[in-house]
Amino acid sequence: MKINLQVWRQKNSNTAGKMVEYKLDNISPDMSFLEMFDVLNVELMHKGEEPVAFDHDCREGICGMCSMYINGRAHGPQTGATTCQLHMRSFSDGDTIVVEPWRARAFPVIKDLVVDRTAFDRVVQAGGYVSVNTGSAPDANEIAISREVAEEAMDAAQCIGCGACVAACKNASAMLFVAAKVSHLAVLPQGKPEHLARAEKMVAQMDEEGFGACSFTGACSVECPKSISLDHIARLNREYLGAKLSSTNV
Amino acid sequence: MSWVTQTLSSSLGRKVIMSLTGLFLCSFLIVHVAGNLQLFKGDGGRAFNEYTYFMTHNPLIITVSYLLYTSIIVHASMALILTRHNQDSRPVKYAYAKPEANSPWSSRNMGVLGTVLLIFIVLHMRTFWFEMHFGSVPMAEYDGKEYKDLYTVVVAAFSQLWYVAVYVVCMIALGYHLVHGFKSGFQTLGIRHKKYTPLIEFLGTFVFAIVIPALFAVMPIYMYLKVNGII
Ligand code: HEM
Ligand code: SF4
Ligand code: FES
Repeated sequence: MKINLQVWRQKNSNTAGKMVEYKLDNISPDMSFLEMFDVLNVELMHKGEEPVAFDHDCREGICGMCSMYINGRAHGPQTGATTCQLHMRSFSDGDTIVVEPWRARAFPVIKDLVVDRTAFDRVVQAGGYVSVNTGSAPDANEIAISREVAEEAMDAAQCIGCGACVAACKNASAMLFVAAKVSHLAVLPQGKPEHLARAEKMVAQMDEEGFGACSFTGACSVECPKSISLDHIARLNREYLGAKLSSTNV
Repeated sequence: MSWVTQTLSSSLGRKVIMSLTGLFLCSFLIVHVAGNLQLFKGDGGRAFNEYTYFMTHNPLIITVSYLLYTSIIVHASMALILTRHNQDSRPVKYAYAKPEANSPWSSRNMGVLGTVLLIFIVLHMRTFWFEMHFGSVPMAEYDGKEYKDLYTVVVAAFSQLWYVAVYVVCMIALGYHLVHGFKSGFQTLGIRHKKYTPLIEFLGTFVFAIVIPALFAVMPIYMYLKVNGII
């Protein structure tokens, strides 16, 4: 396949970036999108040019690192998939493909396509945990949890923190991410004792980081590689309002 | 900051204010459209004038109307604050974005649609509300009692084609605002349930985005055709 790439190049967070065009001739349709970038980078290195910096780690859809905004969509045209799970067969010979980093105030560009997503870490540090005594592992089935509740928690826990929700949202809102992180603990008995403070602290940190508010466009859920449901955002709204009205935190 | 101001200035708190004021405005639309149906009675405006008399003299309605004015102002101001903040959250825009692939148009243009509604509300209140309260409206007499003849003002306004056209366009904007707004208002409050959400979506789409704006739009069209002797 022949591919025409337009890639965002930016030296570091202090310099302005620009779109740069690259032409690739020998791309196999079976390559993943990241492998296509590997080919580009090898070519660039042979030419003595700086390779394109991009984040990646697992290359199997579980680490959430491979942030790329491809042809106007987070992780490209496929739904329910990350960039590493996208293959060149999703494109046609001769296509022009535009690749940009996630764009959000809270995710500043570090270099080329790499953005700083530590804002997510700070949101989780603010309350996305349960305080327990660590010791020997508790008995399985010691606490009975219905299958329905377990499924709900696991659906939310699938979030890999990739930031596609923020990237796709017109408001750069992190609501789907925060909702997933609040939900997977809030529905389980282990998460209940701290649920009021958790919602309050995580939302406060989310606002502090400079993410936008939710307009319920649903773009996040469509672009989320794990298809996290908007149900969780409704739960976060309930948790937060309930916490604000009933917690003793004045 | 007290917990109240802290809550109301958070992103979620601001959305709750949007939701409560927006849904309150929706409830008002039902009353307003039902009352205005009096325009269709072929009685020279008597039923309509009696209805407007009631609306401007009943103490309960007067109290609620202040709540309504406040809601409009708060809803519009909060819309401005939120929209600015949301735009600010992405200082560098994408060179190429394809939002139509993942979200409905109405959900992404609530600010634009709302601005059309705000202009409409100002125009609408200037023509009718202002005239009724501060203007010189002719009087009509039914059974020996004097009434302000707002019907004549309505007839005069709706005999102009441009005025009717503005109304129809604004009601289309209202439909688009509410097809997203009504269900979004419930989502903001965390009201989302397998059993009730389909009902909320049906009400939002069918009643608030189609039937109510259509009825509001038919009124000026009907009056225009009647006044100009077309029907
Ligand atoms: C006065 C002019 C108006 C403006 C500027 C305006 C603006 C907006 C904006 C920008 C939103 C979306 C907020 C967001 O995305 O977070 C919104 C939501 C909404 N609006 Fe309006 N609007 C106006 C009038 C109205 C009217 C007349 C009604 C009802 C009759 C209404 C009902 C709603 C509802 C129910 C929502 C959903 C609230 C939510 O998402 O929680 N609005 N409005
Ligand atoms: S909610 Fe989905 S899109 Fe957002 S960070 Fe988690 S996995 Fe990624
Ligand atoms: S590289 Fe790990 S999810 Fe794509």
